Amino acid sequence: MSAHADTHAHDDHGHHHKETFITKYIFSIDHKMIAKQYLITGTIMGIIGVLMSMMFRIQIAWPGEPNVLFEALLGKWAPDGVMDADVYLALVTIHGTIMVFFVLTAGLSGTFSNLLIPLQIGARDMASGFLNMVSYWLFFLSSVIMVSSLFVEAGPAAAGWTIYPPLSALPMAQGGSGLGMTLWLISMAIFIASSLLGSLNYVVTVLNLRTKGMSMTRLPLTIWAFFVTAIIGIVSFPVLFAAALLLIMDRSFGTSFFLSDIFIQGEVLHYQGGSPVLFEHLFWFLGHPEVYIVILPAMGIVSEIMAANSRKPIFGYRAMITSILAIAFLSTIVWGHHMFVSGMNPFLGSVFTFTTLLIAIPSAVKAFNWITTIWKGNIQMNPAMLFSIGFVSTFITGGLTGIILGDSALDINVHDTYFVIAHFHLVMGISAIYGMFAGIYHWYPKMFGRMMNKKLGFIHFWITAVSAYGVFFPMHFIGMAGLPRRYYTNSAFPLFDDLANVNVVITVFALIGGLAQIIYLYNFFVSIFYGEKATQNPWRSTTLEWTTPVKHIHGNWPGEIPHVHRWAYDYSKPGHDVDFVMQNVPLKEGEEELQH
Amino acid sequence: MDTTVATTGKEGKLWGGGNEPLKASYGKMMMWFFIVSDALTFSGFLAAYGFSRFKFIDSWPIADEVFTHVPFFHGSYPMIYVAFMTFILIMSSVTMVLAVDAGHHMNKNKVTWYMFLTVIGGIIFIGSQAWEWNTFIKGEYGAVQTKGGNILQFGQYETVDGKETFKRVAIADFAKATNPDRVLHERKNGLWYVTEAPLPEFTIEEVLTGLKANPEVLVRTQMLTEEGHKTVLSREESLQQIAENGKLVVHGANLKVNEYGAPIFADFFFFITGFHGFHVFTGILLNIIVFFNVLLGTYERRGSYEMVEKVGLYWHFVDLVWVFVFTFFYLV
Repeated sequence: MSAHADTHAHDDHGHHHKETFITKYIFSIDHKMIAKQYLITGTIMGIIGVLMSMMFRIQIAWPGEPNVLFEALLGKWAPDGVMDADVYLALVTIHGTIMVFFVLTAGLSGTFSNLLIPLQIGARDMASGFLNMVSYWLFFLSSVIMVSSLFVEAGPAAAGWTIYPPLSALPMAQGGSGLGMTLWLISMAIFIASSLLGSLNYVVTVLNLRTKGMSMTRLPLTIWAFFVTAIIGIVSFPVLFAAALLLIMDRSFGTSFFLSDIFIQGEVLHYQGGSPVLFEHLFWFLGHPEVYIVILPAMGIVSEIMAANSRKPIFGYRAMITSILAIAFLSTIVWGHHMFVSGMNPFLGSVFTFTTLLIAIPSAVKAFNWITTIWKGNIQMNPAMLFSIGFVSTFITGGLTGIILGDSALDINVHDTYFVIAHFHLVMGISAIYGMFAGIYHWYPKMFGRMMNKKLGFIHFWITAVSAYGVFFPMHFIGMAGLPRRYYTNSAFPLFDDLANVNVVITVFALIGGLAQIIYLYNFFVSIFYGEKATQNPWRSTTLEWTTPVKHIHGNWPGEIPHVHRWAYDYSKPGHDVDFVMQNVPLKEGEEELQH
Repeated sequence: MDTTVATTGKEGKLWGGGNEPLKASYGKMMMWFFIVSDALTFSGFLAAYGFSRFKFIDSWPIADEVFTHVPFFHGSYPMIYVAFMTFILIMSSVTMVLAVDAGHHMNKNKVTWYMFLTVIGGIIFIGSQAWEWNTFIKGEYGAVQTKGGNILQFGQYETVDGKETFKRVAIADFAKATNPDRVLHERKNGLWYVTEAPLPEFTIEEVLTGLKANPEVLVRTQMLTEEGHKTVLSREESLQQIAENGKLVVHGANLKVNEYGAPIFADFFFFITGFHGFHVFTGILLNIIVFFNVLLGTYERRGSYEMVEKVGLYWHFVDLVWVFVFTFFYLV
């Protein structure tokens, strides 16, 4: 046996390495610090994204009415406080981009993969701390570029977060198609590089740096989820990169990859032979797996928290792993269901319908396993557990409409309506955010050495949960009624007049839900300094991260790395005095490892 | 702590933790996964190429007619030069394998020598590619672009070895410029800071006059016949096409026009070979860095030539991608 983990180069970091402010807090190569950097950056991006959604919700509810908020925040884009139509498009575009990529990809996966992978598998740090640092700083750079595009004279990108050409390919197409779009593309190219470096690190660390005894079937489900997420990222992001490069060529060098037969003011442009549908194919080959890049880490986090707070082993451990792998595989062959109305051959559409509906199977396996995990459990109600239960709730609600949308015959009727908005916000937006909140409440003591306030957490959860359903449940109905998405105002269509009141209700809930996050932010930042001091294992959990000292040291364990003797879910195991047995505790005389 | 005494129950198991189950260091595995990622980028491009080419399935340029040049030789030698380039690149992969093998035997002199040959092979390849681009950009016979964006080429039937074949004719061979004084404003003959888009050498009228004066010259469209040849028009059709549909005389290929056929052919050719060339260029740089490290004895002191192996993986990958690019652009 090679003693790789013990002789690893990171061993000496904790002991004789003078750390300055810069190496400790800024250009840190310690995974725990990088996780916190990801979390803080993701939080800031999240605040921007949520503020944007509140602004455009106000516009939809009260179209054309002057608003002091618009005047203050949008300036010349909201003359006399009335939001400009182009700005509305820019806001939904950047809201989508920021939430999907910067908050739910980098903020969620970046934070928890970095924090938990080395701690839970028993490693001193990531395989390459340097690349990990570069990954964060590239993410930071891309965030700065994306935010700076908000301050461009003609406005940020406004072609929707999917940036379909020709709006994105012709710089003269609309205000945001110029410099704003260029910055969007540059930002995303850097973001993809960051994601690639991060993913390489996660995958390799899980493969090579597990401590002795930590076999793949003893890994906590969080690690499985992060591991598979990283692999999906490695496989799908490069295709978006390819699409972005071709788009840059079309925009700036006159090629015709995505453009053909375009007339502008009677003038024929030279573009000839390309196809915007090609872009849709390339985009959604990333775009769909991206949904699972967002949701899988949340699933892993929820599995872990549910088992710990039900004081029961996770139900169907191997079925959980299999369904993660199945979801990952299926996610790469379903992208066509985003394109049912893009002129797709109906036969091909039925193939994509079939593969899409197959995803319901592993998803249902997971949902049932979570429910059976808490079934008759000794449930500990804390904010993390509530958010986990909330996750399962929204995942099921949103997942059910996914079956409708995945069917091409049904999808065509509600394509690009608010029904779709309701579906994907519940199933990946709200669910992933819940997973993120659950993870933050649960691992906050690990990150900051202090506890978050439980009462504020409860208030935060209940307001958020009620307003999230308040926002997205009515959207199903207005979507069924035919209200299209991305419209700046619906007041021009008498058909939709009846729905105006529903939109007001949605907006009120959105404002309440958005403002409720202030409670969370207060709780988060105040607890860093004034929270109750955490004990080493506050949730009486079994995984290795709770064997490390509360105060962070570079290298994670002061002495030897613990060895692992059992799987991650020995809760309430008969024959033990306590209702949890940590992974590093050897089997007792005559005790057998649970057949899981 | 009894953890050191008690067994973990996974001793000796390949995936039991505390070891490298795939028998590779983390750096080497990162290179492998990077290659997976990069392969997907190229797949994206090649899939896009296939998608676009399918749209022009009945009029795609015939590669054997496009890439016919060999440096220092006149005449038509389809595929000869690109075969040479490919051979050189594959040979550089062979020398890379030999360098890695010599590294395993800690033979510094051999590693140095084979790394040197690999770098040279890469430079020859990328130089050849530059030449290939240059020839493609300059073009050969010239063609007329129609108002609908199609390409009309010229040629005449000749009898070679008792068989009647259609031989291409350059526009300059039959058309005459009525205003030959008009010169392109280039850096070397004008203001150095001003460049001008290339002038069409001939106007449509000049081509038409030339065509009328040469009764044997015919027009060939980009449409493929069932035998896989381009459709040749009759004399009347030829004159009619040029007179009614001709818009612009094009010479060579760039990102906007392409005398060989669909502009998207040139777009993809430049982009994908360019992207691949950029990878080769990066590979050469990495190889040079590693070459100097070998010379300086860095890996000798480290006791392992694994870095040679890592850049070797990258280099083989770049070669493998070329095999696909070569197949899709030149062979099929």
